[in-house]
Amino acid sequence: MADRPVPVIEKRLMDVKLGELGSWLGGRDFTPNGLISAVRRGHDRYYNKYINVKKGGIGGVAMLLVGYVAMSYMWEYDHIKHDRWRKYH
Amino acid sequence: MLSRLVIVSAGCLKSSSPLGAGLVQASRSLHTSSQSLAPVPALPEKGGKVRHGIFPEEIFQLLYPKTGVTGPYMLGTGLLLYMLSKEIYVINHETFAAASIGGVIIYGIKKFGPSVAAFADKLNEEKVAKAQEVKDVAMSSLAQAVEEEKKEQWRAEGRSMLFEAKRNNVAMLLETNFRERLHMVTNEVKRRLDYQVALQYLHTRMEQEHMVNWVEKSVISSITPQQEKESIAKCITDLKALAKATQAKAMA
Repeated sequence: MADRPVPVIEKRLMDVKLGELGSWLGGRDFTPNGLISAVRRGHDRYYNKYINVKKGGIGGVAMLLVGYVAMSYMWEYDHIKHDRWRKYH
Repeated sequence: MLSRLVIVSAGCLKSSSPLGAGLVQASRSLHTSSQSLAPVPALPEKGGKVRHGIFPEEIFQLLYPKTGVTGPYMLGTGLLLYMLSKEIYVINHETFAAASIGGVIIYGIKKFGPSVAAFADKLNEEKVAKAQEVKDVAMSSLAQAVEEEKKEQWRAEGRSMLFEAKRNNVAMLLETNFRERLHMVTNEVKRRLDYQVALQYLHTRMEQEHMVNWVEKSVISSITPQQEKESIAKCITDLKALAKATQAKAMA
């Protein structure tokens, strides 16, 4: 099933083999423009899949909120650590 | 259905704040390549499937071949117990707050979800209907303009008949004028000729009368008195003879 050989940088992440991961990461665009365009692409994918539809459900917004809750828990973990029930911290 | 409200509010967000307009651009680029003349594809009916509101269906499909239907649930339970036992997730006062808030949210969504969804659908439908109406009005007015244009073209074709009629009118006027003047000329010429004829007739009549008068006058003047006596005497003798003759005839 090998069609014409595609350069490794242009493959999607799921198609990259484990050994090629290093070269794949090295070839990605990390300039500010590249980062912003990557963020924009990710946003477009999520938006078009879950929000920009005729009959969207709660999932589109709920997943964003749950992600926000989880991330804020992670950022506050150093403060929450002190509420742990174990005897020795 | 919250996402439907997001779409409804995203429209006003785009127009209200410039920062929002910069970030919330059109998520689909329309007709960017020079060859895309196809109509814009319609929005998908339903979004990506999500189970229990927060877990995308892809995770369940990912684990199905290896672990069957209960796989993701076992994974979830295992992770939860691991986080609780290692106190990566700490149970404190915030847990109760989160639990009650979560309960209220879930109750609200279950109860009011469908009605809010119907309301948002109605709003969307109204917007679409308005846009469709504008498009229909524009199309009908353009079609009518095309009809009227065709009618004008048909009218312009009849121009030649109009000019033909006008040309006929002008020709008739010219003809009438010409005949009028012809009549006038004939009449005038006839009048002058009649006058000449009357003049000549008058001349001959006057010459005739004059000559007759002149001849009478000369004859009368040539009768001398002597001749007059002789003629009177002759007349008397003639008359006497005649009287005698008739007397004799009457007596016989």
